[in-house]
Amino acid sequence: MSDDISHLDTLIALLQQDGGPGTEEGVASIVKRAFGRYTQDIQTDVLGNVFATVQGTGEGKRPTVMLAAHMDQIALLVKAILPGGYLRVVQAGGFDARTLVGQEVLVHGRETLRGIIGSKPPHVTTAEERKRTPPLEELFIDVALSEERAKQLVHVGDVVTLASQPVHLLNRRISGKSLDNRTSIAILLECLRYLGDKPHEADVIMVATVQEEVGTRGAIAAGYREKPDVAVAVDVTWADMPEQPQDLSFKMGEGPSVTFGPNIHPKVFRALKDAASSSHMPWQLELSQGPTGTDGRAFQIAADGIATGVIGIAIRYMHTAVETGSYDDIETCAKILARFIQTIDASFVEGLTCY
Amino acid sequence: MLLKRLTQAMGPSGFEDEVRGILREEVSPYVDAIYTDVLGTLICEKGRSQPGPCVMLDAHMDEVGLMVVGVENSGLLRFRPLGGVDPRILVAKRVRIGSSKLPGVIGSKPIHLQKPDEQKHPIPEDELFIDIGAKDKEDALANVQLGDVAVFDTLYDTIGDGCVKAKSFDDRVGCYILSEILKKSYAVPLVGAFTVQEEVGLRGATAAAHRIAPDIAIALEATVCFDGPFVPSHSEGTRLHGGPALTVQDGRTVADVRFLRFMMETATKHNIPYQLRRVKGGSNDFAAIQKSREGVVGGAISIPLRYMHAPAQIVSSKDVENAIRLVDAILQEIASGNWVEERFAN
Repeated sequence: MSDDISHLDTLIALLQQDGGPGTEEGVASIVKRAFGRYTQDIQTDVLGNVFATVQGTGEGKRPTVMLAAHMDQIALLVKAILPGGYLRVVQAGGFDARTLVGQEVLVHGRETLRGIIGSKPPHVTTAEERKRTPPLEELFIDVALSEERAKQLVHVGDVVTLASQPVHLLNRRISGKSLDNRTSIAILLECLRYLGDKPHEADVIMVATVQEEVGTRGAIAAGYREKPDVAVAVDVTWADMPEQPQDLSFKMGEGPSVTFGPNIHPKVFRALKDAASSSHMPWQLELSQGPTGTDGRAFQIAADGIATGVIGIAIRYMHTAVETGSYDDIETCAKILARFIQTIDASFVEGLTCY
Repeated sequence: MLLKRLTQAMGPSGFEDEVRGILREEVSPYVDAIYTDVLGTLICEKGRSQPGPCVMLDAHMDEVGLMVVGVENSGLLRFRPLGGVDPRILVAKRVRIGSSKLPGVIGSKPIHLQKPDEQKHPIPEDELFIDIGAKDKEDALANVQLGDVAVFDTLYDTIGDGCVKAKSFDDRVGCYILSEILKKSYAVPLVGAFTVQEEVGLRGATAAAHRIAPDIAIALEATVCFDGPFVPSHSEGTRLHGGPALTVQDGRTVADVRFLRFMMETATKHNIPYQLRRVKGGSNDFAAIQKSREGVVGGAISIPLRYMHAPAQIVSSKDVENAIRLVDAILQEIASGNWVEERFAN
């Protein structure tokens, strides 16, 4: 059923695919094909979440563990077509407008159009202007079309995504758009690969969720639908770089961050930590003081409540065209999760409601 | 395709080797002599022994770029710009470093970890780094050297209707036009100069003009085109698709009115669209050539360029084609003896 081919190529394909919140179909089709290596039980719900279930070996009513990674990437929407054929946009996810100036984009209109987010040339920029940064409302997209042609091909509401091709850096690090959170999709796939034919009592539900970037909306429905005993959101966190708070900065290449805090079931946290130690894999502690910025915030309060964990790799430059992460971390995280799945049994689940 | 090869090549000021290699290979079969001067300018002579005024056509090979000047303990690279780069344009861009074209990215602090109001201010230059994926300083220095240069990592492609996008059209589009002209033959002595270091002060052209000592010179350039509806028309510089732009006055030159009139008259006679460049700042190699030796007659023909000095720029293919037609027509008119200084004087 499983084979032993790395999912690096799948990740590259996922990074090349465009899919904003609500327009994840292209990503979903890659995800379904990749899940298909491991199970025939693949389903899609009304929002577009993709579920892949691998049965456990337990007798009777088996425990269920769900691992989730969101498929959507932050995007922009066309809000106006200006004279001259230029486009104005609004957020569909959280961009820092400063990272958009001069960026190449794709405008998903009647046709997919290349576009450039314009910038004023330094030759006509005043010293005063250099001190400020134009907010998103002042940025414009140039599709090199006349107003008439632009109005034929583009409509208000069309999705705009970054046109940033992935690139391989040193040390198995990869840079591009949408590493948030396609790297976590790769983790789910690598996890299934490592799990292979190893026995696990629990049923495993891998879910690729939609619309996380606009408020974990896919996760709300996914948690309710599956009501698993345990849900782990796999999502990226921040890698260290100068000028960042230390407790929110993690080392690339030194294993995933495992989150601890009110959003996390303490026994799930402990099981993730133990899975890392027993598989001799490095991990880092991420402390959180409330609902996390991941699908985990929705899972915890879905239906009667779900025991939730959060894990993920650290990437640099989150929410930009050059998000950078390490494939080593993806593999490490997947190995920890594969071990974690093997430790979920009926008595673990029984313990989740015993405080 | 030549313009694609030229714009995807690396050549910041002082490091024009790759561009020079492409041009040498491209034009060698069409010229009588091809050589480099002491700064690295590539000089191409064609029919120099013919009667008539010697015409120098200039296009600069260099582009704006970055230079690696330090390495942090984290392995991130510190850099400084080579030429006029607005640091605000560097955020979240890909670059290629050194002759091995090692990929790197310039990142920024994630939106989630910013302090309130941080987005209202540009990211200071000293908070921008190139990330090559190095684990630490030692790892970085095993892959790059201080002094390595970097350029934007942008692919040439079509965009919209009749346009192309790439990095460094300033001034690879001029190099392209000059190459195409050198492939033709004219009954006039012609010297093509693919110059170096324009972006750091017209330096290659200064030495080249002295050496060539032309009678007439024309700089082929890319110029500011910022023609959106949100820009007052006096600041737009030029209009895309409006034809090649002729300089009246810029940051360093007042046009030679006689030659400007000659170029305008030639364009009209040959039915070639043109426009006047309407921005006072900026300049080009003609500013240096004009003041060479006892002074040189000539002017500049520029291609309207959107997003100059940014990673992704746009030119109109029609404008490029019309610029080639205009240079061609001017050379024919000069060869026919129709350039007579006095005729165009007041």
